[in-house]
Amino acid sequence: MSAPTKGSGTTWVGRSIRRLEDPALVQGRGHFTADLAAAHWARFVRSPVASGRIERIKSPPNASVFTGIDLQGVKPIKPMLFKFNYVPVGQPILPHDVVRFVGEPVAAAVAPSKEEAEDLADLVEIEITQLTPVTDGRRALSAGAPAVHAEAPSNVVVEGRVKTPNFDETYASAHTRIKFEALSRRQNATPMEARAGHAAYDMASGRTTLTCTTQMPHVTRTGIADLLGMPESDLRVIAPDVGGGFGQKTALTPEYVVLVWLARHLRSSVAWTEDRRENLMAGFHSRDQVIQLEGAFDKDAKLIALSADIVANVGAYSTFPTTCGVEPLMAMAELPGPYDVRAYACVSRGVVTNTCPMAPYRGVSRPVITFALERLMDKAAASFGIDPIEIRRRNLIDRFPYTSAMGLVFDEASYRQTLEIAVKEVDLPAFRVRQKAARAAGRFLGIGFATFSERTGYGSPAFAARGMEITPGWETVELTMDPSGLVEVRIGSSPHGQGLRTTLAQIIADEIGLEPSQIRVVHGDTDRTPYGWGTFASRSLVISGGACLIAARKMRTKLLKLASHLLEASAADIVLEEGAARVSGTDRSISIATMARQAYYQTHRFNGEIEPGMTETGSYDPAGTFSNACHVATVEVDIETGHVTIEKFLVAEDAGRIINPMIADGQVHGGIAQGIGNALLEEIIYSGEGDILTSTLADYLPPTSHEVPEIELHHMETTSDASITKAKGVGEGGAIGAPAAILNAINDALTPFGVEIDEIPATPRKIRAALRGATEKRA
Amino acid sequence: MTGKVDITLNINGRDHAISVEPRRTLADAIRENCGQTGTHIGCEHGICGACTVIVDGDPVRSCLMFAAQAEGVPIRTVESLASGDTLHPLQRAFMEHHGLQCGFCTPGFLMLMTAVLEREPDISDEDILDVLASNLCRCTGYQNIVKAVRAAAAEMRAT
Repeated sequence: MSAPTKGSGTTWVGRSIRRLEDPALVQGRGHFTADLAAAHWARFVRSPVASGRIERIKSPPNASVFTGIDLQGVKPIKPMLFKFNYVPVGQPILPHDVVRFVGEPVAAAVAPSKEEAEDLADLVEIEITQLTPVTDGRRALSAGAPAVHAEAPSNVVVEGRVKTPNFDETYASAHTRIKFEALSRRQNATPMEARAGHAAYDMASGRTTLTCTTQMPHVTRTGIADLLGMPESDLRVIAPDVGGGFGQKTALTPEYVVLVWLARHLRSSVAWTEDRRENLMAGFHSRDQVIQLEGAFDKDAKLIALSADIVANVGAYSTFPTTCGVEPLMAMAELPGPYDVRAYACVSRGVVTNTCPMAPYRGVSRPVITFALERLMDKAAASFGIDPIEIRRRNLIDRFPYTSAMGLVFDEASYRQTLEIAVKEVDLPAFRVRQKAARAAGRFLGIGFATFSERTGYGSPAFAARGMEITPGWETVELTMDPSGLVEVRIGSSPHGQGLRTTLAQIIADEIGLEPSQIRVVHGDTDRTPYGWGTFASRSLVISGGACLIAARKMRTKLLKLASHLLEASAADIVLEEGAARVSGTDRSISIATMARQAYYQTHRFNGEIEPGMTETGSYDPAGTFSNACHVATVEVDIETGHVTIEKFLVAEDAGRIINPMIADGQVHGGIAQGIGNALLEEIIYSGEGDILTSTLADYLPPTSHEVPEIELHHMETTSDASITKAKGVGEGGAIGAPAAILNAINDALTPFGVEIDEIPATPRKIRAALRGATEKRA
Repeated sequence: MTGKVDITLNINGRDHAISVEPRRTLADAIRENCGQTGTHIGCEHGICGACTVIVDGDPVRSCLMFAAQAEGVPIRTVESLASGDTLHPLQRAFMEHHGLQCGFCTPGFLMLMTAVLEREPDISDEDILDVLASNLCRCTGYQNIVKAVRAAAAEMRAT
């Protein structure tokens, strides 16, 4: 099945062409890490306790079991920040003295098959003296709480503080102040493919190849090479097809370090495929935050000052490369959201506990801060007796570029317009009529709005502001036309479901007059691609796409130069389209394939005026751009059971120029489904002793097709100069807005009872607990 | 526990004579002993459905079955869906409607719905939604999977 052909006068950009990735995937012909055969399998023996001192690790005599004693020369994972009172704490690759969370890998059992490795692991006994754990972020801050790391006696490992000079005066002048606590429980990103790695040592070259399910192959290479003290070029990291990541697969897992060490030690191949229980216990967690939020409003319900105290429970260690600062510092920088508020004060702390370490997860903190801020706006609207729409109208940014109280520059966007589209399309007046009738019949419907900004496509300046030792941001691509006229693009980004092979090909195709199917995007292999930062933070289409545009423009210039020589015409008169260079207004043309052959095989004809070969590079490192959206949820709350049904979900969103509408919609759909899980279902729960109680997918509940209603999407395409392709990022917005809209809808439904739910997920148990004792106030 | 049993699995019309431990799951046997890696393992406890294959006409979670239990019955995996270069209507519909992103859960959804549509070609749109709730997808929010399956069902009914 071929891609549709391009009509005359149209562009590839902006069209819903089918994905180039799909034919292999629908036939089961993809290549995933766990598909590789290995000489050895590893099974990790994990700590059964949340806090303890390892006294002895006993394994059968002569068994192939490796512990921290064997790995003593390997450095701990200890990423650095140079700001925000950061206390570096190290994660031993395999600890041999202290364990700090249930599920922490302590030993690796190695055997010829998975089953035998599991048998061997079962025979390993870890003698541990249990210590008192602390699992709750706020309790870890209290006096007398056990210190998870001796270096951080208060358990605070990162602390951001900001207060605008006008804060006290503005705050004091307020007409109304509203203060509350927003609580977000812990989530696991739950990609359908859990972690897997396969390390193979090559006797001939002395190099090791690690194939693993990562979003960041180059950074994984850097991390492991540094920890093992080996040159980066001795390690090749391949990310083949990756079964989802959502941020979880940005973090360097100690298990991969062990695999590379084992492959080098055994001079052989070693594989590990984690099971779902391991992933839920130790595959990184996110969003465990408490926000004390206070909004100060003037008499017209204009938000004039905002203050927040944020506690992010970052787990036992600081993950590489983003560090444990990623959640608390993102929350602090972006909490004011899309609102014009000039006075801001915030304390945001990252706190270590005896729980699984935190890694970025789709939206990083923004689902939480958006939920908190949007609850604030609804509470304020109620306090002023105005409509939730009206309070947003009065407070949203509407002039651009806008520099926030935190110094972030917001480029052109459509905060007000997307709100108005959403209000119109959802038909709010009709909903209110229906809601009233339902209430009279003892049914409780609610509607909730969330307006938000999504900072996307930001390059190194944004990361440098956090003071990161490893400062990500830019992307480089290499674009080569082979002598047949087909193009290979090697990128440092590392897509894992986003369809980037298709969208990047669309961008390049328009510049050089080829079809997307003639452009092959190569990614996920450190031997084949230029250094890059991988795919996360809604960045790849903007930054890698921008780099592709830059390289493709260079290729275009070269093709025009070649055509100019070969057609004896001025480059200004030549157009590249449908696989050929044509002289406008004539029937003279030459195919791109012919020109490509000439560029390699007939270089003598160009009198030294054209460099041999057909390779161009492009690099892009933008400051960043803001996508935006308004999400609307309508729900019904069953007062007897606390069950919430989402009737309808509507989105008016703006991610600038849309390269492939089908793919952009898919990103929004997927984000919203994860947001629904975040709002209603998904919660990692620890017992007081630090045991994890949600270690299967029967306890930890990602939504099924039953919980995700039909999603109605409306688009705007506001462009700005912040992105050279005019595309803004679209990967995270769905997840950012959905919890806020759903919680506002639940609270709207519960208005007659005078109770408020400011906690996600809003499970039936929590809703019933709030309703117990409340009585309905009949309108 | 390393005693192995000799069994023959018939996968996609081809016999695979293999020697496996009795405890080896059907999913592991299909992937590792028979080399059919299109079937993916997502949870190994029967919730996610990524490993769904068709055993004797029924969609089953191959992680919850031992390989030895599948001896003598026909097993179909995602590799069997296309005939040569001609894709199954479900495969085409998943591409057409963007019913997949990372593609890890996709073989499970395809095999689930292949079995269901063969058994119940006139299944209602509502019942399709119910059946799809058997499997988990983390990328698509199900919107386009639902569209794809409904479109494929309609197309299969029409031909």
